[in-house]
Amino acid sequence: MTGHHHHGAPALPAEPARQVPAWRLLLTLAVAGGASGALVVTVYRLTLPAVQRFAGQQVESAVREVLKSPARWDTLYLIGGKLVAIAPDASDKRELPQAYVGRNAAGAPIGAAITAKEPGFQEELSLMIGFDPASGTLTGIKVLEEKETPGLGDKIETDSGFGAQFRERVAPLHGIKGRSPAASDEVQTITGATISSRAVIRIINNALARWRPLLLAYDKQAAR
Amino acid sequence: MTALPVSSAAAPTAELVPGAPPPAPLIQDLWRGISRENPVVIQMLGMCPTMAVTNLVANGIAMGLATTFVLVGSGIFVSLFRRHIANEVRITSYILIIATFVTLADMILAATFPVISKALGPFMPLIVANCLLLGRAEAFAAKVKVTRALVDGLGMGLGFTLSLTVLSTLRELLGRGTLLGQPVLGAGYEPWVFMVLPPGGFFALGLLLLAVTWVRGRRARRSPAR
Repeated sequence: MTGHHHHGAPALPAEPARQVPAWRLLLTLAVAGGASGALVVTVYRLTLPAVQRFAGQQVESAVREVLKSPARWDTLYLIGGKLVAIAPDASDKRELPQAYVGRNAAGAPIGAAITAKEPGFQEELSLMIGFDPASGTLTGIKVLEEKETPGLGDKIETDSGFGAQFRERVAPLHGIKGRSPAASDEVQTITGATISSRAVIRIINNALARWRPLLLAYDKQAAR
Repeated sequence: MTALPVSSAAAPTAELVPGAPPPAPLIQDLWRGISRENPVVIQMLGMCPTMAVTNLVANGIAMGLATTFVLVGSGIFVSLFRRHIANEVRITSYILIIATFVTLADMILAATFPVISKALGPFMPLIVANCLLLGRAEAFAAKVKVTRALVDGLGMGLGFTLSLTVLSTLRELLGRGTLLGQPVLGAGYEPWVFMVLPPGGFFALGLLLLAVTWVRGRRARRSPAR
């Protein structure tokens, strides 16, 4: 093939090679680095609003889905082991763990939604989980992000029946195989996606164990 | 497009750069990457993203186009600054230029097609490590005028995109019975899941290389003059 034109010959010198002073090399790299940095920052600034808008839309539609269309919801921020309704101005709200408390048209709470992220079969698996903090009953779940095996593990997201069966189940959940769920804490794992199914169950159980006390403590404080 | 006059390659060129590619019409610079020096099926470059993202047609096309953007962008800049970049720091400079364009492509994709951006995941930033990029910068763009560098980047990128599209079409069709997410093989088809898994990538690539080699061999036998 004629693909390899170059065999170690110096790229530039048309005239005999001469020593390039070090400051010129440094200058080349400094100018290139500066220009590159400026370009990256400019495009980052230009694209950031669209990226954030998409992330916001994704969370919004997931909250709507797992809380079964609440009339509205309040966002709570987790700071120093406590939930607060108003984050301090200095903190970056996007970086704080958040809980969304859904309310019906009359303003009564109908459940809370949180996001949880833990390793799945291959990579981090991220879920939006809706539940009733008092009883631990799930109102719905949605897979936000997964990189499970295409065609097998990704059924936790693509198989709508799997996600739907979590509704009205009570945590802590147990995965079962080969039979229909009998008790209120049982969900059926997907054939060929057992590990991914179990990961979903584990993430839900861990997340509810963590968030239920926080939400109940917040309710108690708010009632006072 | 097969009759490139190889014998005239040594003729003195206007640009006295050692190891510079022989002068050629722009159409040949474009066509070379698509056919005779296709990055995937001939040069065997960029195998990592090729295997990783071709389980779905949409991912394959997106990776191909993103790589094309980086090839064209970095080719232009490497060529523009070829007289200002000293030999000693050229690789560093090329990588810097390539990394910049990869970062730009990553951010633009995330802002315009977030779903595909997510699917490509870590493989977008890893375009930096695709030897195709540094290869074209060093072997071609650094030694020719901007127009040739641009056209070569476009040709190589389109060749890369073409190969990824063929591979991902084969894999998605057999592995899921769909194309671009639309069912095409009907409900009666039992998806051959193997094809969308990593081993299926090797299998599909093997089949593609077999087909390309067979066609090339046949062509060579028919026209022995070449």
